[in-house]
Amino acid sequence: MTKRRTWLYFIPYGLWLALFVIAPVALIIYQSFFDLGHHFTLGNYSAYFQSATYLKMTLNSVWYAFLITLFTGLISYPTAYFLHGLKHRQLWLLLVILPTWINILLKAYAFIGIFSQAGLANQFLSFIGIGPQQILFTNASFIFVATYIQIPFMILPIFNALDDLNPAFINASQDLGASGWQTFSKVVFPLTLPGVKAGVQAVFIPSLSLFMLTRLIGGNKVITLGTAIEEHFLTTMNWGMGSTIGVVLIIAMVVVMLLTGDQKPKGGTPR
Amino acid sequence: MTQPIIELKHVTKRYGTNTILKNVDLTLEPGTFYTLLGPSGCGKTTILRIIAGFSDATEGDVLFAGKRLNKVPANQRNINTVFQEYALFPHMTVAENVAFGLTLKKMPKAEIAERVAKALKLVQLADYGDRDISALSGGQQQRIAIARAIVMQPKVLLLDEPLSALDAKLRREMQYELRDLQQRLGITFLFVTHDQEEALAMSDEIFVMNQGEVLQSGTPEDIYDEPINHFVADFIGESNILQGKMLGDFQVAFGGHEFECSDAGIPAGEPVEIVIRPEDLNLTTPEEAKLTVTIDTQLFRGNYYEIAATDNLGNDWQIHSVNPAEDGENVGITFRPQDLHVMRFGEKEAEFDARLETYEETEDETIDET
Repeated sequence: MTKRRTWLYFIPYGLWLALFVIAPVALIIYQSFFDLGHHFTLGNYSAYFQSATYLKMTLNSVWYAFLITLFTGLISYPTAYFLHGLKHRQLWLLLVILPTWINILLKAYAFIGIFSQAGLANQFLSFIGIGPQQILFTNASFIFVATYIQIPFMILPIFNALDDLNPAFINASQDLGASGWQTFSKVVFPLTLPGVKAGVQAVFIPSLSLFMLTRLIGGNKVITLGTAIEEHFLTTMNWGMGSTIGVVLIIAMVVVMLLTGDQKPKGGTPR
Repeated sequence: MTQPIIELKHVTKRYGTNTILKNVDLTLEPGTFYTLLGPSGCGKTTILRIIAGFSDATEGDVLFAGKRLNKVPANQRNINTVFQEYALFPHMTVAENVAFGLTLKKMPKAEIAERVAKALKLVQLADYGDRDISALSGGQQQRIAIARAIVMQPKVLLLDEPLSALDAKLRREMQYELRDLQQRLGITFLFVTHDQEEALAMSDEIFVMNQGEVLQSGTPEDIYDEPINHFVADFIGESNILQGKMLGDFQVAFGGHEFECSDAGIPAGEPVEIVIRPEDLNLTTPEEAKLTVTIDTQLFRGNYYEIAATDNLGNDWQIHSVNPAEDGENVGITFRPQDLHVMRFGEKEAEFDARLETYEETEDETIDET
């Protein structure tokens, strides 16, 4: 009896899933086959793949998402490794995650203040004699702020992977004569790679569709796919084209998921 | 006398105010199978970790072939470990696991392949090199863990409860194999276990530990026949432990009677404990008995009956007999003087050994007479 009723518990989330995930995705795919005059067409797709502008934009999005992911990873792995070795590591981890509780727009506006002509960063540059620079609305500042925002999402899975790592592996490696660096490169890093992959998923995919930051911090110099979608829906009102780009983004996400997924699924250990 | 391969001198280990090891002295000779035996939390694994280099001694010295080892990092010690849960690297194949240590030494590939093949053959898994670790059974993982350690040709192999995850039958098989391997390789094994049967079966010498101290060391026979105190007698094998009083050399009183025993050097009138192993007790008629007991219950154990009985003073007795008894029956039990072992309260190992020395020869004569 109880077994038959358990599906009832899924109803609230099932409804949520159907209304706010499945329906919108279906709508986007549906919309992407209609032109401005509401006629069925494949024109949006052919336009997308024949337009140098869109392809360049796609490449740009991927490139910047890649850079953001790379810098996030380079900062997050050592940080997670360091945090994991601390005595009160859960507390420190909490402090690292704390910024994610603050709205991304608030953080973006804070950086506008810091990077602006008379902001803290330029005050410091003036103080050490370099003089004020154009910091805001540069590609560098866009990558900097995006990386800053994404770091906690990368640290968390890597930290958890390190936490799950059986310390006996590290002892075994030392026991067999490995130095600290050899133990890290041959044992610790390969065994925590699933955490890195999870982090890449959590960072790369949202970075593909970042759009408010490109305007507020990047000054619209970098047009990403996210920005393009926003423009099509809100400014040019070409919902068909916007949906097409949306579909491309969804496919890109699936590709990234597949690439960072487990290559060879582990079977249960026979005991 | 040969140079000991490992020596622990006055080793103490503390975590904050918590003392894990109390002034432990240990000497390991080359080519011998040693076992650290004790209940969980007695500090036996801590000793292993200190010798391996994963943990530092708070006080005291660790010597390897006479040289102080305290400051030598784990990766530079000629000692290898077989870990409790094997700790085989899951992202490498069997052969890569076994080759791991040799690869780090930048040994030529051909030589590595040769030594890996030899090690795998030694643990009877010659054809398993290409397999994934997750494709191995527990017993096979166990063997690979041993192969990975011995391929390094260590002088000392440390084994941290390596058989605890195996089922009973496999465990017995591995006991034979480990013993055999140790004798073939001729290196020192230091085996950690809480299983007294395992320790008795495999070791040349056992260190019995409790609460951070080595209580007694000796051959399995020594420790079984002449346990130093209540804890050792109780922990190793089954035993009847009775309160008694020493009457003089080779004379002891317990259970309301006086008996001849094989212990001496204890002042007359001193309260002592007497150990009698259940298999040394024989059932007989009450007339011929040294003591009479009433049978409470019995369990059939296959090759013997485990009989629980009570004497008229209320002491519990455990008797192993090939023949069954009747519940509630009054039976007699007999034993020989050398089946009794007298233990003094609070006697240390050094005092115990010294006392034994003083009468060992006379003891042999006494036994001959009886």
